[in-house]
Amino acid sequence: MTNLVAVVLFVGVVFYAVFGGADFGAGFWDLTAGGAEAGRRPRNLIDHSIGPVWEANHVWLIYCLVVLWTAFPRAFAAIMSTLYVPLGLAALGIVLRGSGFAFRKVSVRTAEQRVTGAAFAASSVITPFFFGTVAGAIASGRVPADGDGDPLRSWLNPTSALGGALAVVVCAYLAAVFLTAEARAQAVPDLEGWFRRRAMVAAGGAGVLSLGGIAILQVDAHRLFERLLGPAVPLVLISALTGGAALVLLRSAAPRLLRVLAVVAVGAVVTGWGVAQYPYLLGTHLRIGAAAAPVPTLVAVTAVFAAAVLLCVPSLGLLYFLQQRGQLESE
Amino acid sequence: MTSASLLSWADARAVLASDPAQLLPARQQMAFTLAFHIVLVPFGVAFTFIMMIANYQGVRRGDRDALLLAERWSRVAAVLFAVGAVSGTVLSFELGLLWPRLMGRFGAAYGIPFVVEGIFFFLEAIFVAIYIYGWKRLRPWPHFWTGLPVVLAGIGGTASVVAANGWMNLPGGITLRGGSVADVRPLAVFFNRAFWYESLHMLLAAYIVAGFLVAGVYAAGMLKGRRDRYHRLGFLIPFTVAAVVIAPQIFVGDVAAREVFKNEPAKFAAIEMLSTTGDHVPETLGGVLSPDGRVRYGLAIPSGASLLAGFSRSTRVQGLDAVPVEVRPQPRLVSIVHLSFDVMVGSAFLLLGLAAWFALGWWRRRDIPRSRWFLRCAALSGLVALVSLEAGWVVTEVGRQPWTVVGLLLTRDAVATSGNLWLFFSGTLVIYVTIGLGTVLVLRIMHRRWMARPDEEVEVPYGPERPAERAAPEVGAP
Repeated sequence: MTNLVAVVLFVGVVFYAVFGGADFGAGFWDLTAGGAEAGRRPRNLIDHSIGPVWEANHVWLIYCLVVLWTAFPRAFAAIMSTLYVPLGLAALGIVLRGSGFAFRKVSVRTAEQRVTGAAFAASSVITPFFFGTVAGAIASGRVPADGDGDPLRSWLNPTSALGGALAVVVCAYLAAVFLTAEARAQAVPDLEGWFRRRAMVAAGGAGVLSLGGIAILQVDAHRLFERLLGPAVPLVLISALTGGAALVLLRSAAPRLLRVLAVVAVGAVVTGWGVAQYPYLLGTHLRIGAAAAPVPTLVAVTAVFAAAVLLCVPSLGLLYFLQQRGQLESE
Repeated sequence: MTSASLLSWADARAVLASDPAQLLPARQQMAFTLAFHIVLVPFGVAFTFIMMIANYQGVRRGDRDALLLAERWSRVAAVLFAVGAVSGTVLSFELGLLWPRLMGRFGAAYGIPFVVEGIFFFLEAIFVAIYIYGWKRLRPWPHFWTGLPVVLAGIGGTASVVAANGWMNLPGGITLRGGSVADVRPLAVFFNRAFWYESLHMLLAAYIVAGFLVAGVYAAGMLKGRRDRYHRLGFLIPFTVAAVVIAPQIFVGDVAAREVFKNEPAKFAAIEMLSTTGDHVPETLGGVLSPDGRVRYGLAIPSGASLLAGFSRSTRVQGLDAVPVEVRPQPRLVSIVHLSFDVMVGSAFLLLGLAAWFALGWWRRRDIPRSRWFLRCAALSGLVALVSLEAGWVVTEVGRQPWTVVGLLLTRDAVATSGNLWLFFSGTLVIYVTIGLGTVLVLRIMHRRWMARPDEEVEVPYGPERPAERAAPEVGAP
């Protein structure tokens, strides 16, 4: 039962990393798109592609929080009371980002768009960075089981730095692939090239970081290192293969295939983290079973999850379907 | 006032003096972010329903004004939904960042309603997006129906979140062993004893606030001389919704107050500002509780509270003296709860009066009352409704103090124990003020743009497609 609920929780983590991540990454390219004139068209494509879906994608974060605090309250309290600095900053980043995006959509003047857009784009980079440091802190066992861990060193350490940097780069990679696909679907060749080049750069960055990360993990988070190269190694390989395939096929493949490849690449590596960490929720000191809520609560969470699968998955499918068919447009 | 009870008030204050340093900023921040978020809640919960009425009128009767209203409202909603979604997310974080010991100890029970809320939030976010972005390309009726899940999800989401709040007031469905939750009965947690009246009360409040606030915008426009059909409709649809709901809301509120009398005697004593248990308890309007436990100022209606609580002058009402000293709320908090209750009820009756004024005018002349004073009052009615909503939340939240989970967890034991929360609170204040101002600014920009182009044939939703769609079957018809 506890393992099942741990899977339910991790499904949320993977989906948030993939779909929320792609939206964050779009903000990264928005931030680096240059001046108002040069960046107008890429920014329009970004607006167009994340506008209708980002709120639904954002709900995965709420999902993770509520499942974590209900099913594993002890772990939730421990994480929150230790990593309050990066989590507090991430929460404020989320506010700035969502509001900035919504404000920019309805602003007309360049000056207004510049301010709101900068708020959106900058917080789109900061927020995944802090989430990455949180993941690094949890993975390297720096959150004590009873919480109140070191408020600074818990997330200012090599594994957290790796997590933060990797989160930003992976989001950027995902978004660049998605936007390349979107530009192809809309038949805008120059924008397609613009995002394709960026996808290449981001993929290169992710590759270099991952290789460097191996060395960091070996020193700083040895168990994670061993497990990633042990039971989780198939997932790591799948990630590398699909990620590479997406790059090779970036020029030719159908947009849908590209998206799937990128999603699998990122989903696999995040799942790899989960597999590597199993059976612990925190480091090597809090097992999933020890952190779990009483069984009826776990049953309730699973039942709600089943209801969510029945209700939300078809709805999400409808949203993405309409979005891909170009049925959702604002102005 | 005896010296013994004087001493006990002093004791209560002495106990509070030993609070952790994080308590004050944590409470301030929670109160501030909740008060901010709750302004956006009515738009997420009830605005879509108002939009759907206009949308229905537009599609069904080919009413272009109604369609234009619905479409513009959905643009406003898009901004408010976004700000509401992210400010709601902050609340989720705060539950852990500010109150880790609440979540750590009771997450297994208290968390369940939030998991349920997750589904509704998901559905809401999905269909809001489809509805808002679907004006141009979706066909009119399918598009209209994509609004329905938003309305239903709004009801479900409100019920879930308020279920969690109800559980804090009247916790049930758990078995404690050694201070931690050993067993949970999820249905009893969700459908706790405060669930029905609290959630219904909040749901109706959302419709009232959204209705009066939106109507107020068009009332202000009419005062400036814009008395066209577009403005009349923009006023009538939301105002009617709010006016229809206000009377049942006062009834639900009355029932809720009696449930509080039965189930939450300490909160009821604070609402009535009652120091000593007794019968023939007066209903005090206004006034404060002074530090010595005496009621100052205020207008006392003899036996009023006893009559309202139990329909009889001899109804015995428990006073604050029945609350153990160490968990007795300070007189200052009692005054806040009492005055908030008065503000909530008073403003609700003002709104009821306004609704009656409107009903009278409609009954006699089938029109909005002619008096400019009516429009002036209507223009302000949204703010009054908002004040009522905020005051109601103060009653239920501050009225629960010093408890976070009544009888089980004191607020000072729930709070985070490390970190300088003032810094976090300052950052939050700066960002929220910026975003609050930004929202107002952005809505004004949209307003000005629409006023500058009052007659937009092109922008009417379903515009380009519809004649063609309509034409097709007509051509084929004999």
